Amino acid sequence: MRKNTLYMIFKYIKANTVLLMLSLLLALITVAGTLLLPILTGKGVDLILGPGNVDYEGVLALITFAAVVIGITMIAQFLMNLCNNRMVANVVERMRRDAIRKIQHLPIRYVDGNAYGKVVNCIIADVDTFSEGLLMGFSQIFTGVLTILGTLVFMFTIDVKVTLIVVLVTPLSFFVAGFVSKKTFTMFTAQSKARGALTGFIDEMVGNQKIVRAFGREEESMEQFEILNDELQKVSLKAIFFSSLTNPSTRFINALVYAGVGVFGAFCVMDPETAMTVGELSCFLSYANQYTKPFNEISGVIAEFQNALACANHFFAFLEEEEEKDAVDLLHQVVSDAEERKESKGNAATEDKNAAKTAEEKKQGSVEIRNVTFSYAPEQKLIENFSLKVSPGERVAIVGPTGCGKTTLINLLMRFYDVKNGEILLDGTEIQEMDRQELRSHYGMVLQETWLKKGTIRENIAFGRPEATQEEVEAAARKAHAHGFISRMPNGYDTMILEDGGNLSNGQKQLLCIARIMLTDPEMLILDEATSSIDTRTELKIQDAFATLMEGRTSFIVAHRLSTIRNADTILVMKNGNVIEQGNHEELLARKGFYYELYQAQWA
Amino acid sequence: MKKLLCYLKDYKKETVLGPLFKLLEASFELFVPLVMAAIIDVGIVNQDLPYILKMGGVLVILAFIGFVCAVFAQFFAAKAAVGFAANVRKAIFDNIQKRTYSQMDSFGTSTMINRLTADVNQVQTGVNLVLRLFLRSPFIVFGAMIMAFTVDVKGALIFVVTIPLLAVVVFTILLVSIPLYKKVQNALDAVVTKTRENLTGIRVIRAFSMEEKEVADYDDKVAVYKHLQLFAGRVGAFMNPVTFTIVNVATLFILWQGAGQVDTGVLTQGELIALVNYMAQILVELIKLANLIITVTRSLAGADRIADMLEEKVGEENGGEAVEGVKEITFRNVSFRYKNAGADALQNLSFTVKKGDIVGIIGGTGSGKTTLVNLAAGFYQATDGEVLVNGKALCDKDLATYREHFSMVPQTAVLFSGTIKENLQWGKENATEEEMWHALTLADAAEFTQKKEKGLDSEVLQGGKNFSGGQRQRLSMARSFIKDADVFVLDDSTSALDYATEARVRQGIRKLSEDSICFIVSQRAASIMDADLILVLDNGELVGKGVHKELLADCSVYREIYSSQFPLEEEVQHA
Repeated sequence: MRKNTLYMIFKYIKANTVLLMLSLLLALITVAGTLLLPILTGKGVDLILGPGNVDYEGVLALITFAAVVIGITMIAQFLMNLCNNRMVANVVERMRRDAIRKIQHLPIRYVDGNAYGKVVNCIIADVDTFSEGLLMGFSQIFTGVLTILGTLVFMFTIDVKVTLIVVLVTPLSFFVAGFVSKKTFTMFTAQSKARGALTGFIDEMVGNQKIVRAFGREEESMEQFEILNDELQKVSLKAIFFSSLTNPSTRFINALVYAGVGVFGAFCVMDPETAMTVGELSCFLSYANQYTKPFNEISGVIAEFQNALACANHFFAFLEEEEEKDAVDLLHQVVSDAEERKESKGNAATEDKNAAKTAEEKKQGSVEIRNVTFSYAPEQKLIENFSLKVSPGERVAIVGPTGCGKTTLINLLMRFYDVKNGEILLDGTEIQEMDRQELRSHYGMVLQETWLKKGTIRENIAFGRPEATQEEVEAAARKAHAHGFISRMPNGYDTMILEDGGNLSNGQKQLLCIARIMLTDPEMLILDEATSSIDTRTELKIQDAFATLMEGRTSFIVAHRLSTIRNADTILVMKNGNVIEQGNHEELLARKGFYYELYQAQWA
Repeated sequence: MKKLLCYLKDYKKETVLGPLFKLLEASFELFVPLVMAAIIDVGIVNQDLPYILKMGGVLVILAFIGFVCAVFAQFFAAKAAVGFAANVRKAIFDNIQKRTYSQMDSFGTSTMINRLTADVNQVQTGVNLVLRLFLRSPFIVFGAMIMAFTVDVKGALIFVVTIPLLAVVVFTILLVSIPLYKKVQNALDAVVTKTRENLTGIRVIRAFSMEEKEVADYDDKVAVYKHLQLFAGRVGAFMNPVTFTIVNVATLFILWQGAGQVDTGVLTQGELIALVNYMAQILVELIKLANLIITVTRSLAGADRIADMLEEKVGEENGGEAVEGVKEITFRNVSFRYKNAGADALQNLSFTVKKGDIVGIIGGTGSGKTTLVNLAAGFYQATDGEVLVNGKALCDKDLATYREHFSMVPQTAVLFSGTIKENLQWGKENATEEEMWHALTLADAAEFTQKKEKGLDSEVLQGGKNFSGGQRQRLSMARSFIKDADVFVLDDSTSALDYATEARVRQGIRKLSEDSICFIVSQRAASIMDADLILVLDNGELVGKGVHKELLADCSVYREIYSSQFPLEEEVQHA
């Protein structure tokens, strides 16, 4: 385990110290009350010995006292539940809030290099398992241990011999439970393997059901399904049956303890030396039941505990991932330590100043790339010693085969990644020196991967300018030739887009992304395969809108289709991270080089 | 759930025996307080040591028999639940296999996969638990009450009041909290979505400098979740304290009433303890029952979803005349509308194609190209007008035999895990190696297959991830070309190929078409311009029909598409 994890857990719990203390105190009261009641019942039984031998007054007093104990215990238990709930909710909330801020601070390199599912799992499932397993586990273990200790003390004060029976036999149930779970572990592994195989098969076949049907392979796939299904049935039966033996086994042992206490307790009652009463025996019997319960619970909780710690490890490892050097400072940081809060306030103040500055400064849009070297992996060279000068208002198109570094260049311009060597200047200022947010605010960007958020179409178009009016949104949509299909949607601009734009075609998504840019008024433009999913006829129409948008603005256009970039002022032909040709369309065609070949291949 | 019960019928014996053994176990448990009462009232009072030992032995025997019964019960329950799940899974898979395209559309892939995996697992757990516990808990609760009656009628009346009271409390809390937990789950789903969005959209969010707004949105979602979680938790927090109080107060009543009963000699001390013990048993079982109900509601929801899916009538009516071969396909005023769609996907289409023809279909995204070929292949049925095969209405024919004459290259080139050879066998089960190489050559895939160390036996990972997009498309074409089909359908299947490769593939298709009909769907004019018949689609309407030259002259949509891709043809030629 990472040595930091415990410290981090402590830090998260620290903010809830009061709740924690209160919860422990209430647990103490609850346990004491629960343990006291069998004693009171036992005492009551001892006052009711037989016909004509009943101490009514004593019984009444006892019942009144017991009623008070029940009342206090009930309230304590209820409050304890509330405290625990709140503590868990607080920790979960703070962890998730910290995590989302962490995401904003991470370099894009991290997000590109890790499966989304893994990160989401860490923030959702791991946090839940951690909070439930560790915090609830903690309170369960605490009450469990208290119950065991309390029971032991009470039992010893009543009778040592009978107590010893309980103490000696009970661990057997522990042992049995451990034995069963160890034996079943391999069966569960076999089960999850079989289940994995079946799920993989289902994924592949059902995921491509139309193809299966088109080739008439239904029977073959059914045959194979049955083999896997039968296998799963076989191993599942084993795993489920053997693991379900734990309960009957421990119950059996508990029954043995109960029988032992009954018999030996009866002996003790008869033995005048020990002078145990029948009431005490009844109390013992209910303790014998209670005593074994926390043992079983604790053995379950310990497994959960380990699991929770593993999850905490994941989560804190994520929180400690290296951040971008000058990551955006987010206001309202959820930090409990007063010192940290002060610090972040200081940052917020400087940022406000920054924001004020950005508002004033408009960029001309001259970009200079000087001797830039960059690669994603050190052993794989990509861009080397790359230089380029772009004057304000120039339209630069970048073409070349897949993997030549086109998108990488965009990543560097936007500082999604930072250059390894060399520098990039915007209006003469090194972009490394600039605030990332400020730098990006000068660019408008449309990417090939169309990201839309869950929300209405209007919200998505107005993503960059949430305050835009309906007219502005509509005008932007018209420019992007998206107004037509939007108005055909069931609720027009208020139609909800599902997560990842599930209810739109790729082309429609791209049109919305273009509308999103049309609404903002960026000083420079980046179009990275922005029209790749749109058919060429519609694209031609959008080109006009783009042309207007690009007028007077420095623009970078990456495209696969050469028709998209014919009108650019400069075309960079890239290959293996280098610019091999540069010039406008006519010049490059005339040169009959690589560009000419590409062009011929596309149209011949 | 009821509808799924038929899948338990192979396990009738287990379904009855499981709960039966569970009941046996429970009954033995119910005797324990009585034995204990005998120890106190007979053994201790008479100072009868052997009697106490004997009774102790009875307790051990009861425990052992109970244990054996439990083992049997667990076994039968597990067998029935696992077998049931396997049957249900098979039924779902079979249902999916039988679905026509439009029946598949109505569910969606991920939903179908979820039904088959997560939902079935949940139902399995539910069945297992129900068989094990659903009878046991009520049995113990009511059994304890009946046993209490055998001990003392007056004392038992306290049970008669307590049990309904407990039941009302437990079920009220459950009824209130189950919908609450659904809300909590929805709130959590919103947090998950937002988390994912912040990862998938990281570039856009940063490009628009929207980090702060996204974080604020996220904080809102987290706060909503926390609020609901606390609210639901508050309701749940009542459960333990309230049940605890009811049972203990009832115990006090038993004690108070017992005092009078013992005083008058109606009840013995040992019997009083037995009553107290029965009350304790009730509490334990009720809590178990409450947990069980939560799990069962969850699996019932899963069962309902599965039942919905299985209930839908799937498959197509077979029968009609078998189709011997396809020589000619005619569309006569065909219109088609997807289920629940607002507008027609295809509108009033008419054309005829004959053996030996290459038919090019071109149009923008969403213009209905794929729908057209799926109609031609009989995967969907025309909503209006008719499709004729060899001059006779397709709807009178047996669709399964009709489709056997088709070979499809789907839009997304998906390969299946296995080897190249196994993938090709999808097209023709008993294909010879020679035939395989021939098909690979036609699809321009022979060269890179040869270069692979194991040739035809090279491994293909799931989805064909270990091949590039272009290679996947070519292998997927080879898989179709190998089939001795009358009609080949290529649905935008060359989009990832560069133009030189595509030109080679086109030669292959030309060869193929000598003895068949070839449909080629594309967005690229270059892919279809030498077709024998070009169909131009625009928003579901057939706006042009003819050969390249004709269309260029009199179809404005075709001209626009063409000129958007061949902007300055002369320029290239003269450069």
